Amino acid sequence: MRPAWSIIFFTTISGLGLGLAGWIVLGLLPLMTREAVIGVGVITLALIGAGLISSTFHLGHPERAWRALSQWRSSWLSREGVLAVIVMAGLAGWFAAGYTGTIVPMWANLALLVLIYVTVYATSMIYASLKTVARWYHPLTPICYLMFAAAGGLLAVLAMLALLGLPITAALAQAGIVLMLSAWGVKIAWWRLAGMARPAGSIESATGLGDLGTVRPLMPPHTEENYLQHEMGFVVARKHADKLRMIAIGLGGLLPILLLFVAPASTAALALALLAHVAGMFVERWLFFAEAKHVVTLYYEGAA
Amino acid sequence: MTMLPEASAIKLGLVIDLDICVGCQACVVNCKEWNTAGYGAPLADDDAYGAAPTGAWLNRVHAFEAGDGADSRTVHFPKSCLHCEEAPCVTVCPTGASFKRAEDGIVLVNEDWCIGCGLCAWSCPYGARELDPAEGVMKKCTLCVDRIYNDNIPEEDRQPACVRTCPTNARHFGDLGDPDSDVSRMVADRGGIDLMPEQGTKPVNKYLPPRPRRAADETPVSLVAMAEADTPTGFWKWVDSTLERLG
Repeated sequence: MRPAWSIIFFTTISGLGLGLAGWIVLGLLPLMTREAVIGVGVITLALIGAGLISSTFHLGHPERAWRALSQWRSSWLSREGVLAVIVMAGLAGWFAAGYTGTIVPMWANLALLVLIYVTVYATSMIYASLKTVARWYHPLTPICYLMFAAAGGLLAVLAMLALLGLPITAALAQAGIVLMLSAWGVKIAWWRLAGMARPAGSIESATGLGDLGTVRPLMPPHTEENYLQHEMGFVVARKHADKLRMIAIGLGGLLPILLLFVAPASTAALALALLAHVAGMFVERWLFFAEAKHVVTLYYEGAA
Repeated sequence: MTMLPEASAIKLGLVIDLDICVGCQACVVNCKEWNTAGYGAPLADDDAYGAAPTGAWLNRVHAFEAGDGADSRTVHFPKSCLHCEEAPCVTVCPTGASFKRAEDGIVLVNEDWCIGCGLCAWSCPYGARELDPAEGVMKKCTLCVDRIYNDNIPEEDRQPACVRTCPTNARHFGDLGDPDSDVSRMVADRGGIDLMPEQGTKPVNKYLPPRPRRAADETPVSLVAMAEADTPTGFWKWVDSTLERLG
């Protein structure tokens, strides 16, 4: 599938922002001053919001994007939009309460936490609900998105703790390492399991000509590449998939883990760890799209 | 509204006869022509007169080779929207622009609502949807909804453009929800099939598979014998032999 930059940015940055928000409402990042509340609040909402806004850049009609909030009853894309708006409003209220010193009840924190992870789940289901892309249509796909949100979010919490000059407990740093390892473990499992998934159909079932014997594409229906081939049959990534996976794991997982081991209290190290993780996630998300093949390629290549 | 309606009694769709189609592309061209001037925005092309023209088409004809060796054959394969009963392109739409009509089952796009996100094209296993390169909205077969109900054109023209133009009668239009309709009978007689049934889309359009080859061991009729005149008898035999003798 064609990897649109706006979509890669959206899923990566919004995912990170939502993961960060999840740990914040659990109280992992104590916001002692009004400046800290404003700073952290702006950064968190900006991450989630920037991702959402960026996702409208690939649209044919971005000015109509508000219409996407209407079909939450059937569409995961619509659900994602509605949930993200609710979560951002809820978080704005949460930070406002922090600013005024109002105590947020436990049930409200937990409700926000649930909403945050349901939003990440909805993002993943935009892709995981597509039966036409065999490797996305896999139960591990949402787990990957949820795990990366949690792991990236915790790394961002650690970086912010250091930035605010707050102490980082060994337990928290270790939790960051364990979560990061688990997230990449799930991702590697996804590469092995979902990556092997092939569509249920074949060129024989796609054409209904199986009774005549094997079926081969003879002539394409046009002389130039069309929208479908451009959109569904992206090939560049598959050539270098193995190398790109190593780059994703190295930047997104190994380097942050190494830095957490070596210098769990250094602001510079944690900032570098977070940047490396985001860069690695861009590569991971780019591969998520670029490696995926759509079942319609059966009609063009005889295989999908 | 992108919730699918209750299954309609009328299921308008196409039946495409793969035994007959010769791949002439007339349906492709007439589809493009009609839909450039008909429902919604024109069907645009990119670099239409350049070296590598591309554009949105709602109907495309592939060609496949099926079978092996001397038994293999070329099958021309027109493909357009199948107006599925369980249309995934409708339910994934976040805006309600993609919808299935309750009254006749036609799947359409409201181009004033479409945001051009492309998710419906990703959800369609058949590649029936293409984003318009100029308009930024999703395009698809409308089953020529602006022809089939159009009182301003002669009655014989109230069929989809592809069906009306097919010179070999490989395309048929009708109500597949009515078991007694011509198209339903055709599907029953010829064993019409669904494309990619494993995707669970329940397409309305059906494809009629190529007819089986006639068995090769039948002795062909001798054309030479057919060309020879009958051997004359009686009086005419005498005339014939007498004239032969005259040289």
